[in-house]
Amino acid sequence: MLDIPLILFFEGLTNGAIYALMALGIVVLYSVTGVINVAQGEFVMLAALSVASLRAGQVPGIVYLVVAGLVLWAVYDVIGKLRHGQPLRALWAGLAPLVAAAAAYLIVVLAARASLPYVAVIVIAILLTTALGPICYRVIIQPLPRASVLVFLIMTIGLHLALTGFGLAFWGPQPYTIPPFQQGGVRFGSVFLDGQDLWLFGVSAVLLAALWYFFSRTLWGKALRAAAVNRLGARLSGISVVRAGSVAFTLSVFLSAVAGVLITPITKMVYDFGFMLGLKGFVGAIIGGLANPAIAVLGALFVGVAEQFSAFYVSSAYKDVLVFLLIIPVLLMRSLKHLDFEEHVE
Amino acid sequence: MSARPGGDENGAVDAGSTRHVARPLGARPLGARPLGGRLGRWLRGGLLVAFLAVLVALPLVAGPFELRLANLVGMYALVVRFGVNPWLSIVAGVLLSLVLAWIIGLVTLRLKGHYLALATLAWGLVITGVLRNWMSVTGGNTGYGSATGNRIPPLSVFGEELRGDRLTFVLVWGCVLVALWMLSNLLGSRVGRAIKSLRTGAIAAASFGVDVQRTKMVTFLIAAALASLAGGLHTYRELFIVPGLAGLNASIDYLIMAVIGGLSSIWGAVAGAGIFVLLKEQLQQVLPRLVGRTGNYEIIAFGFILILVLQYARRGLVPMLDSLLPRLPPRPVKHDAAPLGTRAVDRRTGPLLVLRGVTRSFGGLTAVNDLSFSVERGSVVGLIGPNGAGKTTAFNLITGVLGVDSGTVVFDGVDIGSRPPHRIAALGLARTFQHLNLNPGMSLIENVALGAYARTRSGLLGGLLGLDHAEEESVRAEAVKHLRRVGLTEDPHARADSLPLGKVRLLEVARALMADPVLLLLDEPAAGLRRHEKEDLKALVRRLKADGVTVLLVEHDMDVVMDLVDTVVVMNYGNKLAEGTPAQVRHDPLVIEAYLGREVA
Repeated sequence: MLDIPLILFFEGLTNGAIYALMALGIVVLYSVTGVINVAQGEFVMLAALSVASLRAGQVPGIVYLVVAGLVLWAVYDVIGKLRHGQPLRALWAGLAPLVAAAAAYLIVVLAARASLPYVAVIVIAILLTTALGPICYRVIIQPLPRASVLVFLIMTIGLHLALTGFGLAFWGPQPYTIPPFQQGGVRFGSVFLDGQDLWLFGVSAVLLAALWYFFSRTLWGKALRAAAVNRLGARLSGISVVRAGSVAFTLSVFLSAVAGVLITPITKMVYDFGFMLGLKGFVGAIIGGLANPAIAVLGALFVGVAEQFSAFYVSSAYKDVLVFLLIIPVLLMRSLKHLDFEEHVE
Repeated sequence: MSARPGGDENGAVDAGSTRHVARPLGARPLGARPLGGRLGRWLRGGLLVAFLAVLVALPLVAGPFELRLANLVGMYALVVRFGVNPWLSIVAGVLLSLVLAWIIGLVTLRLKGHYLALATLAWGLVITGVLRNWMSVTGGNTGYGSATGNRIPPLSVFGEELRGDRLTFVLVWGCVLVALWMLSNLLGSRVGRAIKSLRTGAIAAASFGVDVQRTKMVTFLIAAALASLAGGLHTYRELFIVPGLAGLNASIDYLIMAVIGGLSSIWGAVAGAGIFVLLKEQLQQVLPRLVGRTGNYEIIAFGFILILVLQYARRGLVPMLDSLLPRLPPRPVKHDAAPLGTRAVDRRTGPLLVLRGVTRSFGGLTAVNDLSFSVERGSVVGLIGPNGAGKTTAFNLITGVLGVDSGTVVFDGVDIGSRPPHRIAALGLARTFQHLNLNPGMSLIENVALGAYARTRSGLLGGLLGLDHAEEESVRAEAVKHLRRVGLTEDPHARADSLPLGKVRLLEVARALMADPVLLLLDEPAAGLRRHEKEDLKALVRRLKADGVTVLLVEHDMDVVMDLVDTVVVMNYGNKLAEGTPAQVRHDPLVIEAYLGREVA
């Protein structure tokens, strides 16, 4: 009566859609900036737990990160302008992030007190988390314009440690859940999909379509792709590499934040759950060679489905092992592809 | 050191764990009076763990970044479980790690830097997952040992148990000191130079005969052996095994140690491990009080430290303090050391290098198209052409950095068209680089010594044990000889990055000469040189020609080329445009049109 493979397939797609959002964020960020963001999953956690805090009428700790980051941003900008001997511009450069910090703080404090509708809470949490994107770019990545991919990778390991630690400090070790967007569900033959699953598929699909449109049809998207292909060339044709990097970071963090509010009603969220989600997004991204968004999305969906099937048919304890084994043949293929002697990147 | 519940590491205990694990019966000092006070506590606790960590972190100095080392630490666990004799099980653990590392290395060591790091992450999660779930052997998350009712037999010597302080001070510190000694030997040896040069320029290393894949593998195996040894010692100190010892977070800890200390020397790893462990201990006491709740908040601090060190002190703290530290006087060079063997002087005539119909394209762009020319023995040949003509691609095809699509490259009667660079170098072909490819942190003498890699024989074991003294003395004496030969009178022990550009180019030439080459390829040696430096360069090439070295020269500077060469090959858009003596080429209308018109007409 129960069609087990079909059920596993849909459950796999549910997780796979989340991994796809992560994979997409990873690919966008990497191709534009050369940053492999190990902390991609931490933003999932931050967004989800912020929703939980706001709903409980508490100020989520993330706002302190945003404020501190913006203050640091102001300091960096002021120092930069002063070094160029532009004291007046320094004043303005410093003022903007500080105003933004004050505004963010006020809005969040008021939002925590007022009992806002659920939609508003979700929007605020996503915006708050997304704000960390440009902040991370400005404070961590931008000061090192010429660092190697590996240096960036290690720096984002640092970011992962710090954000996980902050997650623990703000929310403690206990799991949180947030309500689904909608009660009830739909039955397709032998498969029952509840409302949150549908939201998850729908929102992911809309985001993927929107991103495709952005990158292939809009000037900004094309500029980002140009910056990805050739940074010097992009700069020469008037595209600011810094702005492109900042936009890419914002976009990728936004995708994580959305993934966070979509998945948490289904699985619960703990301060250190994000990391695993991010890593599985990586498996998808690597299947796409860290460059091809479409294959990355398919790869991530495949990871989700493969995970469910191996959990059911092989062993739930070993499902992560099997998922991570998936990328070894992919990497092996990459390593066999380059016959030329390649320079080792430090 | 509480468990860090990041990622999937819930309940895991990392390599730094001393308090978390129930220590069986404590240390019973047999005979020796226990070392008291704060120093004793540090030596036993913090510093000891630091040194255990050093065993693991040390090889990081040498190789590319490895996150998966810690996994191999854990492999001993399986052996302990079956091993009857504890000593044998440590040895078996090391052997098992070596086999495992070899297999993993075959799969992943060809990958580029960041892919290697990602593959490492994946392997890490796979191995940890297996260890964690293979309950019957590893005990799963709870571990295996006396605390779970299983007994791991302690190490013993002649029937006397070796545990507590004895184990700590004699065996563990002994191992650390021996490892330090061996690794510092290694880094100063022939193999060590190859290992160090991998990090600054693998192409340069390969161009002097270093088999890059093999050297990476050697580095990786050394790391695996030491990591496994550290794991074994840790097990017999605690008499307890936890899979977390092999976990991702333990790996990240080693990474932090390496980044803090800096990877340019062994002392970076030592200092990094010491700082990390002491800092972690302090932070674990202070931070939970600040937050008002227990938890491993030190990861916040270490996250920031990782970012800040990479932003402001990329090479780590030790190189930063380098200028403040007292410096050991450099080992003097024995100029009377036995000379290295040289090639027999070749009096034959005829072509030494012949290219026939060589073609190479990148995607749709044909960078070199049907290129044929030859280089006579004892001659100086110039390869010229406008920017983008394909000169450097031709150079890379000859040296093996790129493979040919079609056509043949014959060097001294051997077809080298599809050989890897290190095997071409061994035939007597040496090169310099247009974009300088030296190790800036090594001394002049060490940089030049790399050139002799294919001429010398000392292996890994000789390097580790310091048995290569005779050959090393010869290499050093010869390196100084070549430095003088190219006119570098600077202190041979100075760092390469202390030289101005013009002299660095000469250093490249000295390194190439160190290979005792039959054919010397110079890639734009005059770029960026001043007038009198160019004159010196011309005089040098003339001296080399007189010494019987055949030279192929890629150069933009017409003045330099036309003065030096016997024949010129002119390329344009990947094709050969003309070939002949400088006088012939000067008057070739095609050449004048394409390139020389402005300069010569």
